[in-house]
Amino acid sequence: MIPAEFDYRRAGSVDEAVELLGSAEDAKLLAGGHSLIPLLRLRFARLSLLVDIGQLDELRYVRRDGDRIAIGALTRHADLAQDPVLLASCAPLADAAAHVGDPQVRHRGTIGGSVAHGDPVGDLGTILLTLDADLVVVGPDGQRLIPVGQFFTGMFQTALGPQEVLTEIRVPEIAAGTYLKFVRRAQDWATVGVAAARVDGRVQVGLTSMGATPLRAHGVEEAVAAGAAPAEAAARTAEGTEPPSDASASAEYRAHLAEVLVRRALAQV
Amino acid sequence: MTQVSIVVNGDRHEADVEPRQLLAYFLRDQLGLKGTNIGCDTSSCGACTVLVDGESVKSCTVLAVQADGHEVTTIEGLARDGELHPVQQAFHELHGLQCGYCTPGFVMASVSLLAENPNPTEEEIREGLEGNLCRCTGYHNIVKAVELAAARGGT
Repeated sequence: MIPAEFDYRRAGSVDEAVELLGSAEDAKLLAGGHSLIPLLRLRFARLSLLVDIGQLDELRYVRRDGDRIAIGALTRHADLAQDPVLLASCAPLADAAAHVGDPQVRHRGTIGGSVAHGDPVGDLGTILLTLDADLVVVGPDGQRLIPVGQFFTGMFQTALGPQEVLTEIRVPEIAAGTYLKFVRRAQDWATVGVAAARVDGRVQVGLTSMGATPLRAHGVEEAVAAGAAPAEAAARTAEGTEPPSDASASAEYRAHLAEVLVRRALAQV
Repeated sequence: MTQVSIVVNGDRHEADVEPRQLLAYFLRDQLGLKGTNIGCDTSSCGACTVLVDGESVKSCTVLAVQADGHEVTTIEGLARDGELHPVQQAFHELHGLQCGYCTPGFVMASVSLLAENPNPTEEEIREGLEGNLCRCTGYHNIVKAVELAAARGGT
């Protein structure tokens, strides 16, 4: 299957990318391409212009920045999975990146591309939501910071403006955390994923594929904060969720699965 | 059309490509390297796996323009002076295939895996090849072949 025709420009800088995004209607950024190219190939998406930022190597890094860890948006899953700073201070993110897709996907796919795609079954968005990450975005009016809690606005929808480029993701250092992903087959999307982490002493829990966006399990968090045991807290997992029913699981099964995974995840934090 | 300069199996190719052209089709149709098979065309099966700068990628999910300035290795580029690559040799000796359609992709994914992890456990091999599907073998001889290639230091 061949994508429909589009124009292609390579941006030499973030500012040039912002400018190019403004030069055509239906322009979109290309990073690693592992969410976008499949959509183009199946012709679910048709674009007039693809702005390639894949060669902006200055957006590939993981470094400590005060009490946060700054991650360049073009850092690939394979690099996140092995990054010494993340492995020491934000292990669930490295672990989740190590289980995105398969090795070939992880050699190309980037954290920024994955998050900006806004796929409700993406693993990394759930981790970032659980960690209260901040997203650094550059647009025509300069730079702004979007708290991740305001970033995912709907299925494949984000707070990114049409001319904005996600450049950096900032996460806290955490002492304990985990991401549990349930898949029916190798290399599958998560049927359900559960992130749990201790952030500034508080246990925070996130859910993948339990609604149109990554979700926080607020009921579970409240219960844990009030001293509930893992099983008791996990019983509140489905509150506020709208799990889909599809070929891999029914909504009812997803709700059950999420509760089991939350109970297991809580035992690890 | 966009001009690209891509080194494939050691030879530099300057070519004009349509931006929408996928690397798999560039390799097969423009360069005539038909060893790279296209299986599912949906980033699932891994039959089209090649190396870009030494790392495995699914060439049906990479645009040819994204490979501009990079080095691509296909199954045709592995053998040296008439000698099979150690991974090819091990697949041959242990019959790590039946129909053979997935084999070029498995060999390329295995080469990439062993470059990153020269002494993988059986579990690491199975997980490391999860991006490749074989509908014939049940994977057993494929895994054994990768173990053999690793034991021979075969990257």
